[in-house]
Parts: sequence; structure tokens; C-alpha cells
Amino acid sequence: MSSDDQGILWEVFIQVKAGRPYKHIGSLHAYDKEMAMKSARDLYTRRNEGNGIWIVKAEDIISSEASDGEAFFDPSNDKVYRHPTFYKIPDGVKHI
Amino acid sequence: MENEKKLEQFQGKIDANIKIEPKDWMPEKYRQTLIRQISQHAHSEIIGMQPEGNWLTRAPSLRAKKILMAKIQDEAGHGLYLYCAAETLGVKREQFLEWLHEGKAKYSSVFNYPTLTWADMGAVGWLVDGAAIVNQVSLQGTSYGPYARAMVKICMEESFHQRQGFEIMVELAKGTKEQKQMAQDALNRWWWPSIMMFGPHDSESAHSNQSLKWKIKRASNDELRQSYIDKTIEQGHHLGLTFPDPNLKFNETTKHYDYSPIDWDEFWNVVKGNGAGNKLRLKHHIKAHEDGKWVREAAKSYSKKMNLSKKIA
Amino acid sequence: MKNELIDYCLRLGDSSLILSHRIAEYCSKAPILEEDLAITNVGLDLLGQAENFLTYAAELKGDTTADLLTFKRREGDFRCLHLVQTPNTDFAFILARQFLMDCYHQILFSKLISSEDETILGISKKAIKEVNYHLDRSNDWIKRLGLGTTESNERLQNAVNDLWMYTDELFIDNSTDIAMNKNKIAPLSSNLKSDWLEMVESALKFSEIKIPQEIRYSLRYGKDGFHTEYLGFILAEMQHLPLLYPDATW
Repeated sequence: MSSDDQGILWEVFIQVKAGRPYKHIGSLHAYDKEMAMKSARDLYTRRNEGNGIWIVKAEDIISSEASDGEAFFDPSNDKVYRHPTFYKIPDGVKHI
Repeated sequence: MENEKKLEQFQGKIDANIKIEPKDWMPEKYRQTLIRQISQHAHSEIIGMQPEGNWLTRAPSLRAKKILMAKIQDEAGHGLYLYCAAETLGVKREQFLEWLHEGKAKYSSVFNYPTLTWADMGAVGWLVDGAAIVNQVSLQGTSYGPYARAMVKICMEESFHQRQGFEIMVELAKGTKEQKQMAQDALNRWWWPSIMMFGPHDSESAHSNQSLKWKIKRASNDELRQSYIDKTIEQGHHLGLTFPDPNLKFNETTKHYDYSPIDWDEFWNVVKGNGAGNKLRLKHHIKAHEDGKWVREAAKSYSKKMNLSKKIA
Repeated sequence: MKNELIDYCLRLGDSSLILSHRIAEYCSKAPILEEDLAITNVGLDLLGQAENFLTYAAELKGDTTADLLTFKRREGDFRCLHLVQTPNTDFAFILARQFLMDCYHQILFSKLISSEDETILGISKKAIKEVNYHLDRSNDWIKRLGLGTTESNERLQNAVNDLWMYTDELFIDNSTDIAMNKNKIAPLSSNLKSDWLEMVESALKFSEIKIPQEIRYSLRYGKDGFHTEYLGFILAEMQHLPLLYPDATW
């Protein structure tokens, strides 16, 4: 195996405009957080796509396992009352 | 038994156009095919920086210089997106680079051809990027999530590449006699290599069928090639240049252009390492990598020291 | 005064142009892919600055363009600093050269944003944002290399030693500087020196790099139209197409 070291893998999240949520845009390699932040800027906002950047070490992300996906997500399938379209509102009632 | 059921479920997801994500179960061969294909794609972007970089310091106007620089930078970016997509399959970037340097991993042979004149910047952008885009647009629908997402981003950014190439061709084609000659010569040299970028005919392609079934590939080599040829010939006519193929003719029955048989001997010769640039391109990459080793070590060591001093403080 | 203003714009434009050329030469050779992208961004910013200053110089001159000034001007008419002409050797050298220029640009442009010349002021307002970022980036690398390993420290020290003599020119006033200062267009070059030294010295000392002895190595400088032997080769390459095909437009 190679002795070379290409740095730590980081995940990058970009906020396109103020007030919008941060969305995952991609990854990059860097040796420290300053370099990660600057590389994220140079790599993922060079077409003016960014207003804000979050970076996080890939190894620090806790991800749901695909294998327990069913037990994890299915129970919320039947809770339609969490969605606004579940409720009947009489015609003519506005701003609700 | 367990595996067969998983395989069936997996194919079910593929058939239903549900993307496969890194932590999902996947057949080992699916993983291996992706590792090979995505890394090959990444290497192609990175090696592809060289033939264009060759003209960066000789671009004949400030505008051309800026555009070319931004374009080569995009290629570095695209290689980077793809390495990261490939890494989600459990192989680190270090390993991909090692395979490239050892000759175990390939990149697109088209980058082994030399860029001899400024018109090659036009032809490479128009033809080589044009061919690559046909392939990439189709790959936006690939079944592996990280690869598909990288492709969407790449396609969005690539759209200016082909245009810049075509613009150079337009400028040259309407320029002085010498410039027009330069453009024609570049078209002559790049036309066949660009057609060969789509790989062997479907009947000869080793991996094609399984890749189509798993939707790693979304269209066959020959389908993509034909669609590239059809649209490029129309563009070429606007330039008033001639394609180096006397048999290029619109076929009323198939509604596609017919073309001469491809010289596969040349194709395999370049793939096997006998192209003008094979040794050069790889050597350049290895040298940069080796020259950078001490920098990477320094950056790593600095980061360790900083973490240490933070913990003490 | 107009001639001096043109001369001053050429100095700024040519210096950014040639540094950007050196960065272009480094394309696809960086130690890590992320760095290739990052340094190209710097190159693109510099090229933009060059174009802006050369466009202004062309306007003032009349009957010429930024492209003609770039591709059809003779070596003796260039006004770039010697520092940016130095050829790339290793990453430490490229980075140290960048850092020394970034500090200079940062201090210079932060003064030029109150220039009485509207155009210079406008270009500088855009440039200062870019330059602040360049400096931030190169400053990070100075730390990484200076404090990284014994080898990286040594290489950076060698680079700084080799480059130091070229920094002399940055702070020498010639007749152009004097005219610019008199008309409140730009500060005297000599006025930038103490800020620059402070900035450079504190970064280098922090990174365990020794400051070389001051040497005056030349009495004739790039800003006066006397160049290093390197510039001829840069121009031979850069200008080759337009010179070979004089009737062509590109």
C-alpha cells in the first residue's frame, strides 16, 4: 500500500443565499481546517455559488446504515398527520 | 441463497431507477466496475489538463488566456469531484494515483495525442470535449448516486468548454488563409481520435452488456458515437471546414450519418502505450507527484503539531 | 504627468501579467490537486488585474489596446518588477515569491483605494479583495512549510534567501513614483517599505525562517525597463503567435 498521504477527506456544505439551508455539495482533501476551508472556497464557489460554507471531516459524519433503513425510516411512513395536506380546511379560509 | 435474494433486490432497485448509495449493498462486480470506470474518468480529466496546459503560456490574447486557464482549472475540479465519488467505494485517492502511475489504471487515450498548434485548443474543445459531453450527459442518469451527482455538476460546468473550443475554430476559420489552414489541420488530426473516444464497437466491448443492465452506462458506445457524429457534422458545416472522411454521408433510411470504418489498429496501439504522448503524460504526472511529496509531508506534519499544541494549551 | 501615469499602470499591469504567466507554467504540477485549483484562482485574479491596468494604460496612450500592449510590445517597454520574472523552481520558491508579492500588493492596494485617480481607485477596490485572500492563503502555506518538516523549513529558507535581493526594487522610488505621489495618485514606493517589512518579518519569524541581509543588487530595475535575462524568454513564448502571424486576429 502506498505511503503517500493525500490529507484528510472533508465534506463540504454550501449555502447559496442568506437564509437558505446548507446543502452538501461534495468533498475534498486537505491537511488542516484552514486549508479545507480555502480549498472549499476555491473549488466549490468559483462560479459565485456560495454565501456560506460548512466543512466537516468525513469521518465525523454519522450516517444511517443502509441495512437498517427499513426499521429506521418506515415507521414515519404512516404518520401522514405530520404533513399539512392531511388536514381538511373549509373553502374560503385563507392564510392557514 | 442470501446473496441471490440481495442481487434480485439490487436489480429491482436499478430497474426502478432508484440510485445506489455508498452504504447500500451492491454486487462486488458492480463496485469493481465503478471503481475502474470512475477512476479512469477522473484520471482522464487530470491527464487532460496537460495537452491544453501546453498552450496556456502561448494563448494569443488576454481573453483566450483567461478562458483557457479557467477551463483547465475546471478539469482539475472535475477530476477532483470524480476522485471523491470513486473514494465512496472504499478506495483512497492515494491508491488511485498509485494505480495510475503503475500503469494499472487507464485514462482516455485521446490525451496521448500532441497539441501542435493553437488551433488544437479549438479542436480539443470542440471535438474532444464535445465527445466527452455526449458521454457525460448520458452518465447523469447512471445508477450510482455519487457518480451521477458528480456528473450533473460536471455537465453544468462543461457547457462553456465546448463553446470556447468552437469559438476558436470560428475565429480561425474566418481568419487569414494560414489560420484557416491551421483549423483544417487540427480538425484532420482530432476527428478520428475523438470518434474513438467512445471505445470499441458494441460487438467488441468487453464490459458493455453488464454495465447497461446495471445502468452504470446508460447508452452503448455506438449509440453515443452516432449521436456525437450527427450533431458535430452539422456544426462543422458552419465552419466551412472538411471532415477527413470521404464516406461521411447522411443516410436517409437510418436518419444518421454513415462513416468510414474506424482504424482500430491505431486505437489499440495508442491504448497500449505507443501514442506520441503516453510516456510524456505519465512522466509529467509522476514528476509533479514526486516533487510534491515533501510539501504533503510538511502539511501533514504541521497539522499534527497544531493539533498537539492545541491540546496542551 | 500622463506619461508617468501610463508608466505606473504598466508597472502594475505587467507585474501581475508576468506573475500570472509563472503561475500558468505551474499548472498541473501542484503537490495536491486542491492546490492546483487554488493557485490557478490566484493566477486568474492576477490576469484580471493585469488586463484592467493595461486597458487603462492603453486608453491613456490612445491608439492601442491591452492585447497589443501584451503581445506586441518590446521587452524594454515592459515595466514589471524583477521579483515576478524569477523562474519557478520548487513549491517553496513559488510560494515564497507569491507571499512576498501578496504582502506588497496588499499594502499597495490598500493605499491605492484612496487614489485621486478614479480608474486606479476602481481597479484597486476590486483588487484589494482578491489580494487579501491571496495573502491569507500564502501566509497559511508559509506556516505549513516553515513549521512543517526540517526539509520544508530548509527549502523555504533557501527560497527566501534567493528571493530577498529582488525585494529591494519594490521600494525604490523612480521619477514615476515621485510624479504619482505629487499628484496624489499613488504613494511613494519607499513609503511602503516599513509596513511590508513588518508584515513579512512577523510571518517569517513565526514560521522559524530567518530574515536575510538586505542587499542592493542592482541600480537598474524592471520598473525602469531594465530586466532580468528571464523576461526575454517569457515574452518569446507569450508573444510567439501574434508575432509569427502579424496580420491575424485571435
